[in-house]
Amino acid sequence: MTEANPLETDRTPGLKRVVIETLTRVEGHGKVTLLLDAEGHVRQARLHIVEFRGFEKFVQGRPYWEVPVMVQRLCGICPVSHHLAASKALDRVVGATELTPTAEKVRRLMHYGQILQSHALHFFHLSSPDLLFGFDSDVARRNIVGVAAAYPDLARRGVLLRKYGQEIIRVTAGKRIHGTGSVPGGVNRSVPRAERKALRAESGRMIDWSREAVHLVQRLFEQNLEEYRDFGSFPSHSLHLVRDDGAMDLYHGGLRARLADGTKLLDHLDYSTYWDEITEEVKPWSYMKFPYLRTLGPEQGWYRVGPLARVTGCDFIPSPLAEQERRAFLAFDDGSAARATLGFHWARMIEMLHAAEVIEGLLDDDDVSGADLMAHGERRPRGVGVIEAPRGTLIHHYRVDEHDQVVRANLVVSTTHNNEAMNRSIRAVARRYLDGRTLTEGLLNHIEVAVRAFDPCLSCATHALGKMPLLVELHDADGAVLDSLRRS
Amino acid sequence: MTAPVVVFAIGNPSRGDDAIGPVLAERLEAAAMPGMEVIVDFQLQIEHALDLQARRLAVFVDAAASGATPFALQRVAPCRDRSHTSHALSPAAVLETYERCTGQPAPPAWVLAVRGEQFELGAALSPVACRNIEAAWPQLLALGRA
Repeated sequence: MTEANPLETDRTPGLKRVVIETLTRVEGHGKVTLLLDAEGHVRQARLHIVEFRGFEKFVQGRPYWEVPVMVQRLCGICPVSHHLAASKALDRVVGATELTPTAEKVRRLMHYGQILQSHALHFFHLSSPDLLFGFDSDVARRNIVGVAAAYPDLARRGVLLRKYGQEIIRVTAGKRIHGTGSVPGGVNRSVPRAERKALRAESGRMIDWSREAVHLVQRLFEQNLEEYRDFGSFPSHSLHLVRDDGAMDLYHGGLRARLADGTKLLDHLDYSTYWDEITEEVKPWSYMKFPYLRTLGPEQGWYRVGPLARVTGCDFIPSPLAEQERRAFLAFDDGSAARATLGFHWARMIEMLHAAEVIEGLLDDDDVSGADLMAHGERRPRGVGVIEAPRGTLIHHYRVDEHDQVVRANLVVSTTHNNEAMNRSIRAVARRYLDGRTLTEGLLNHIEVAVRAFDPCLSCATHALGKMPLLVELHDADGAVLDSLRRS
Repeated sequence: MTAPVVVFAIGNPSRGDDAIGPVLAERLEAAAMPGMEVIVDFQLQIEHALDLQARRLAVFVDAAASGATPFALQRVAPCRDRSHTSHALSPAAVLETYERCTGQPAPPAWVLAVRGEQFELGAALSPVACRNIEAAWPQLLALGRA
């Protein structure tokens, strides 16, 4: 899975290629190539995805009611997001245009539990080592164990926040993984009152810890402002869902696209015809497509999704503590953090706080223990479901035939939306930190930090022992290796 | 009461031989061995450290893309490794996370790495993986009874 991509084509004389294979602490396998000119300047940066394929084929021919369970196997990191996006798409197929209050709230609880546990994992496990120890620190120290050694309480909180989110998923989906709770038209279980009570007893602590995590990122920005402000940064359009009143809503809403200057290009767009506004470009060197806004075209229409897009793009966050933190984030240093690639981390923690607040509110709501679970309506041949997954906008689109089989599927996943933005971030970092013809751990660290800010999910859940080397190679235009660097 | 033996069976059942762990987990659950809890997941994560609490023995069962055929059984100790598996931790790192978070020594632990050969999405278990599962099963039972 880490072979050189045969589709790489540019062999212009005088250029040489830097290859970085298998990014650490990024889901799946990735490879970065940096194309240099004769003077050693970065001409091009490409993040190659070498196994991001086959999703649509995986579900074709299956009965539609199996799909919300099946798609969880696409990804070991965000299975709940696929579970819910598929369910939302297939709600349309079974004619359930409006869910029962219990079904809607149980799904929301499940979704915000996923947001909480995913964001906790990313910050405490994947990113805090970079942020707390610095981008140049020893790689062995920059992992969760390093954090645990230096910041034992922080590491413990990360584990317990993650565990709490998983418990929310378990009581709503039925199991910690491979849950079956959400089905086309609703849910097949509600949350027992005893489970709600037990989780509610812990919710205040989760809110407190989430809020402290927001403040920790803020302090890191204050302490490292010069480096954080410009690190891998560039102007970008954005895309995300918003509620009817413009509030952040990670479960449902209309699509909003903002231009880099903040102007709204789309607002409250009904996503059931998303293809009228968003399409994808194929490039010969990557299996991952490049989505763009049709009206702007492929060169100008790329955009960013995920926490930074959502926190900066919504009109407000409908929970008091998270909204307070959003305002502080936007105001910080005249808005520089809200424009920075590393602002993803701050925005992600604000969302984690919001998720904790939403979870507490839903645990107090008796509707989540209700008995009216399913809605029905007139059968339709097509359904689109969109959800704001932890990493950004996730689109599931299915066509179902008269025999109830899925005959066509299209999935546009969060990391795909961020494809061009990640390439630009890598290029910005490489231009700043690549030193001539030598590959250094420092360069590798900085590229990883830039990619990790997006929390990409490059593939899904194949993780067999012994498959994860990290190889960096410097090639000339003829393919000869000039330099190499390996982590194993 | 917490079962004294915990088995972590790791893998995605829809990715070819990555299903080795879940397949062995199904067998263990069918065998209903007393004093054993089986935990199945796509990959190891930080919260699995909490599943080590009050255990006498931990066993990690996973597919291996390289190494000994049909399987390798190795003792694993807590270690600050680099866990280059992105969003997933290694067994050694899970044990280390447990020790760091609780201040308690991790239980003795073994890794049973069963060799697979193909891991494509939607693929079935390969014939080689099926044979290797059969070879590893008695070893896994013996560990559970230890």
